[in-house]
Amino acid sequence: MTMPFYVAPEQVMKDRAEYAQKGIARGRSLVATIYSGGILIVAENPSRSLHKVSEIYDRIAFGGVGKYNEFDQLRVAGVRHADTKGYAYSRDDVDARSLANLYAQFLGNVFTHEMKPLEVEILVAELGTREGTDQLYHIAYEGTITDEDHFAVLGGDAQTIAERMAASFNDGWELQDALRATVAALAGPDRSLRPDDLEVAVLARANGRRAFRRVGADELAALLGDAPRPARQRKAKAPEPA
Amino acid sequence: MGLPTFLPGDDPGPDFPALMRRLGRPLGHPRLEGAPGDPLPAGAGANQLPVRHGTTVVALRYGDGVVMAGDRRATEGHLIAHRAMDKVFPADRHSAVAIAGAAGPAVEMVKLFQTQLEHYEKVEGVVLSLEGKANQLSQMVREHLPMAMQGLVVVPLFAGYDLARSRGRIFTYDVTGGHYEEADHGATGSGGRDARTTIKLGWREGLDRSEAVDLAIKALYEAADEDSATGGPDLVRGIFPVVATVDSEGYLQLDQGEVAQRFGTLVGSLGDGRVSTPAGGASR
Repeated sequence: MTMPFYVAPEQVMKDRAEYAQKGIARGRSLVATIYSGGILIVAENPSRSLHKVSEIYDRIAFGGVGKYNEFDQLRVAGVRHADTKGYAYSRDDVDARSLANLYAQFLGNVFTHEMKPLEVEILVAELGTREGTDQLYHIAYEGTITDEDHFAVLGGDAQTIAERMAASFNDGWELQDALRATVAALAGPDRSLRPDDLEVAVLARANGRRAFRRVGADELAALLGDAPRPARQRKAKAPEPA
Repeated sequence: MGLPTFLPGDDPGPDFPALMRRLGRPLGHPRLEGAPGDPLPAGAGANQLPVRHGTTVVALRYGDGVVMAGDRRATEGHLIAHRAMDKVFPADRHSAVAIAGAAGPAVEMVKLFQTQLEHYEKVEGVVLSLEGKANQLSQMVREHLPMAMQGLVVVPLFAGYDLARSRGRIFTYDVTGGHYEEADHGATGSGGRDARTTIKLGWREGLDRSEAVDLAIKALYEAADEDSATGGPDLVRGIFPVVATVDSEGYLQLDQGEVAQRFGTLVGSLGDGRVSTPAGGASR
C-alpha cells in the first residue's frame, strides 16, 4: 500500500486557482455596463447560437465566460431557481442578490471540495425600476462576489479592459455611446471588432415585463455605425487564442 | 434553498412541473377524500362547496391572427362571486389562453402554463412551436382529470399565432386533456354554445381585426343574454369583457374604453326592431 503524499492546503488552493485562471484566460471577455435606459452586456462571441449572455428572469440577465458547458449549467440552474421562486412566491420576489449569493456558494463549494474547480466567471445583472438602482454582481471561479457600480469586466484580459472602460465611462450615457465605448474597450487599440464577433443584449426599462432583449446583427451594425462591408471581406485580425 | 443542479441522468430538462416534482414540491391540489372518480363523502361534493366558476370564453380566427374574449363574471352556485374576473391571459408573446370552469384550479393552471412556456424558452433558448404549446396545456388538463372527476372541471381554450405557418390557430379541450384544433372558431363555458352559434353565423374567411373583435363582443353579448352565469356588459360599474388579439406582432389586449365603445355600437344596432319595450317601441 502506498502512502498518500502530503500536500499543504495552501499549495492545493494555489494550484486550483491557477488551473481555473488559466482556463478562464483562454476564453474571450465580456463587459456589462450601466447606461441611461438600463444595462448593456457585450461579449466577444463569434457563435450565433452558443450564448454567453442570456435571460434569467423578468429583470435579471446572466453572463458567463470560460468553459461553455460549465457556465451554461449554472445559467440553467439560475433559470430554475428564479422560475421556481417566482412561481412559489411572486414575480417581484425574485432578485439578483440572492441568486448571486447562490452562485457564489456553489462556486466556492466546488472550488474547495471538488477535484476540479469550475473554469468560469459569472455575471448577474439586475435592472432596477428606475435609473440608479441597477445592479451588477461579478462572481469569480472561487466564489468571490463583487458588487460593481458602473461596469463589470469578466474573462481573460479583465484588468486592461477594465482600465479602458474606466477611462471612457460616463454616468448616464446613452446606449449608442455605451456600446461604442464598450466594444472599443473589448477590442483594445490594436484590433477592431465587427458586429459578427459580438454578442450584445440589453436589459432595458422600456421593454416591459421581460426586460431582456438581444440586439440583432442589423441593429448592432446600425448602432456601431459600421459602413456596409464589401462582399463578406473580413478585416484581417491579429491571431488570438481561441 | 440551494442552487438547483442535477446530475445528467436526473435532469428534468426544460419541464417545469417535472422540476417542481424533483425539488419535492409537487404541483396541484391535494386530492379530496377517496380515489379519483369515487363518489365523494356526503356534503363534500364540489357542487355543495362554495367553488367559484368562470363562464364563457370565445376565440375566432381572422385574416391576420386570432381574437380571444371572455366575460367577467364568476359564480358560486347561483350567486355572483366576482364581477371583474379576468379569464383571458397571454400565454406567451404569441399565444393566449382562456379558461372556463372552477376558477381556482383554472387560474393556477394558467399560471403554471405561462411559467412552463417561459421556462422552456429560457432553458432551451428557443420558443416552443404552437402545436407544442397546445400539447403542454393538454398534459396539464390531463393531470387535472382526477379533480375534474370530483367536480372541479377546468376547460381551457388556447389560441395563438403560428409563426411557422403565418396564421392564427385555435385549440379546444375536453376534461380528459384531449385537444382538438378548430378550423375557424371555438368557445367553451356555460354560455359557449350560444356564443359559438353567434360566431358561426357571423364568421367568414378573411375578417379584419376590427370585424373579428366586434363579432367576439357580439357573441359574448348573446351568451349573456341566454345564460345566467355569463356576465353582460356592466354599464353601471363600467366592466366590459376582456378582448385580446394575437397576430404576428404578438398579444395585445384592447383597453376597456374601446370595448365599451364597441358595445355601445352593438347595442345601438340591436335596438332596431329587435328589442321592444312594453309599449312596443324600439328601445335605444
